[in-house]
Amino acid sequence: MTNKLGPYSDKVMDHFMNPRNMGEMEDPDGLGEVGNPVCGDVMRLYLRIKDGIILDAKFKTFGCGAAIATSSMVTEMLKGKTIEEAKKITNQAVAEALDGLPPVKMHCSVLAEEGLEAAISDYERKKGQIS
Amino acid sequence: MRRVYLDNNATTPIAPEVLEAMLPFYRDNFGNPSSIHAFGREVKVAIDEAREQVAALLGAAAEEIVFTSSGTEADNLAIKGTAHALRGKGQHIITCKIEHPAVLNTCKHLEKEGFKVTCLPVDEYGMIRLEELAGAITDETILITIMHGNNEIGTIQPIEEISRIARERCIRFHTDAVQSLGKVPIIVQELGIDLLSLSAHKLHGPKGIGALYVKKGLKLQPILHGGHQERGQRAGTENVAGIVALGRACQLAAQHMADEAKNLSGLRDGLFEGLQERIPRVKLNGHPTKRLPTTLNCSFYGIEGESLLMNLDLAGVAVSTGSACSSGSIEPSHVLVALGLPPQLYQGSLRFSFSRYNTQDDIDYILDILPPIVERLRKMSPFWKE
Ligand SMILES: Cc1ncc(COP(=O)(O)O)c(C=O)c1O
Ligand code: FES
Repeated sequence: MTNKLGPYSDKVMDHFMNPRNMGEMEDPDGLGEVGNPVCGDVMRLYLRIKDGIILDAKFKTFGCGAAIATSSMVTEMLKGKTIEEAKKITNQAVAEALDGLPPVKMHCSVLAEEGLEAAISDYERKKGQIS
Repeated sequence: MRRVYLDNNATTPIAPEVLEAMLPFYRDNFGNPSSIHAFGREVKVAIDEAREQVAALLGAAAEEIVFTSSGTEADNLAIKGTAHALRGKGQHIITCKIEHPAVLNTCKHLEKEGFKVTCLPVDEYGMIRLEELAGAITDETILITIMHGNNEIGTIQPIEEISRIARERCIRFHTDAVQSLGKVPIIVQELGIDLLSLSAHKLHGPKGIGALYVKKGLKLQPILHGGHQERGQRAGTENVAGIVALGRACQLAAQHMADEAKNLSGLRDGLFEGLQERIPRVKLNGHPTKRLPTTLNCSFYGIEGESLLMNLDLAGVAVSTGSACSSGSIEPSHVLVALGLPPQLYQGSLRFSFSRYNTQDDIDYILDILPPIVERLRKMSPFWKE
């Protein structure tokens, strides 16, 4: 008998069953939507940014347990970070914060890293247009 | 916690009658069926009886049944055994995109040996098109291998028509009936089948035992070389307990098939109708009517199957999904992709598969717990708009 669900750590299961910062945001300062070419799964990330600091992050994800948990974790990691700090967050760092992912599931965490990159470049593009 | 098993296409629970039939062959009746003494003879009798039981379910003769270690081995023996026996006649094989990996990967392997393989597409319900089959045949074609009922979506192929086309062109016809046997009637002579694979564990028997029906007179090149067991077609001392169990499982299936098929399709359709009433945008995958009574595959638009599966698992319900990374592979189901579904649908599929041990209570439980799970997961989805 095993009580452990599938291949995931307790932390992954926690973020999967109780995702943090799930939802949408009106007029986000940065919006990223990325898809996983392997499986077709999609993550959308919303950022509220003021004076170069990420104040809030929200996500919506169509994906497996690993995709949902990494989306949730990356929003937690982003809050309070400067843009420069945020750019340094990698998918490995997100996976580590979740006590690891099974090897076949590492590709799912790429969604979080790419979503983050897309949202920040959207922010930078918008800012560039204004000033 | 309540536990509901609706993953019977993965494997079925062993029937108590089957377990009872096989146990003596692990205890007292341990002889080798090839031995001439009494210990051997007792066991030989049991194997002969099991062979009769399997043959009876198929409307075949006992000597047309070759026991194998699995459905996978039966598929390998049928396909490689034909390819290697008929290589001199031609080197072309026809199959289809939604076959089980036991067939697809065997064909792929033969491609490396120089055989040519045509892999037919299927329509949105998972049916092959007969014109395309006829059009694919060349003078080189030696084998058509098209499954009976599909393990993921349950679609049943037009076996009689396929076999007619094969016969007209003097081509061997193999069908993988692992999921269909004992669920729908299959009489090999009426359907014109030359080779048919089956497996005990989909039929309330144990894992690791299967059989291949080989029409009288057909020559196969063996894949295992050794002793003279199974009339030289499959060497190795017999898995006696497994064979006895498979025989008993076939006998039970023959007794109960008609009633069971009616019950199971009732449960299957009741579940789908109930889901449709309670959950918007649920789509049936597979053929609406030409489908195994055991199998309901549907997609919940905008959510991913693994998330659904894990939530159901937490509530004690076992099902499976065709979404990517659900079974160690990172590719989504080749069957659902072959139907032409977009990712929002093939990623959101669940397969509910039934057996004689499921009840209406199981269905009611799913109908209770699944709608709120779907609602919660859809709130997370970028594809879902209220
Ligand atoms: C259609 C089909 N063919 C072949 C097999 C393989 O049978 P076995 O598990 O006995 O090797 C299965 C079972 O997974 C199946 O569903
Ligand atoms: S399977 Fe698609 S993100 Fe994990």
